[in-house]
Amino acid sequence: MKFGVVVFPGSNCDRDMRDALQNDLNKEVIMLWHKDKDLSMFSTDDCIILPGGFSYGDYLRCGAIARFSPMMQSVIDFANRGGKVLGVCNGFQILCESGLLPGVLLQNANQQFICKNVHISNGNGKAYKIPVAHGEGRYYADEKTLDELEANGQVIFRYTHEDGTVDEIYNPNGAIRSIAGIKNKAGNVFGMMPHPERATSEELSNLDGREIFRILGLN
Amino acid sequence: MTYNVQIKVMPLKDLLDPQGKAILGGLNNLGINTIQDVRVGKHITLQIDAASEEEARKAADEASKKLLANPVMEFYEIEFVN
Repeated sequence: MKFGVVVFPGSNCDRDMRDALQNDLNKEVIMLWHKDKDLSMFSTDDCIILPGGFSYGDYLRCGAIARFSPMMQSVIDFANRGGKVLGVCNGFQILCESGLLPGVLLQNANQQFICKNVHISNGNGKAYKIPVAHGEGRYYADEKTLDELEANGQVIFRYTHEDGTVDEIYNPNGAIRSIAGIKNKAGNVFGMMPHPERATSEELSNLDGREIFRILGLN
Repeated sequence: MTYNVQIKVMPLKDLLDPQGKAILGGLNNLGINTIQDVRVGKHITLQIDAASEEEARKAADEASKKLLANPVMEFYEIEFVN
């Protein structure tokens, strides 16, 4: 499996993502400039990643402008053909704005930029310690959409205690139903606020990010 | 003809607006205690070339729906100023 990492003006986790995939997970990585649109070197078994950052300065709304970049048109087409797409943090916001994932990421309920380790779980009884770093990470969708997400098993990660227990007190940003990450109905587009690429190196003393890539079927 | 159009974009009424809450706290600290609630939105001005007001409204509506506002979290109002 090959990886493409899209670089938007204002992306700042693109190289972290490349280093994590290349150096820690031994994957082939191709950096993709937002003004290009060629994805012909990828098959739908490969994965395109939208990294964290502040694409287009977060102007208008986080991710709102990035969705119109030439590369995003190709990424949307790639996703619709069944190719795997992962959006982390700002990448998650872009996926929501572009309609590849339902819902939206709102300003954190506590009005603060949150940068710390949190625990997330996919409901397997285990929690993974992963850093978050965002000002707009409060996932929101209407009740009908949320019920559909739950019924289809599309909620992939929730904020939890370190033992995997879900409770509002472990929810850093006020995300509805403690949602930290979701996937689309077809199961090939993933979005999450926490940064798994910041927890794959032994030098950083936290390898839980590798588990996240494994859960997503990307490692 | 050029139409000057103003778009008001506001967070949906049911949604918590942390920015508004922070400003309300600041106003209370100033000693202005009569203000009960603050919500913050965006004010966007557009100049639209169109043959009629109806056509300009259509363009403003499309722009708002497709980009200027996100209906999952915001609503918008269109106002003509000339």
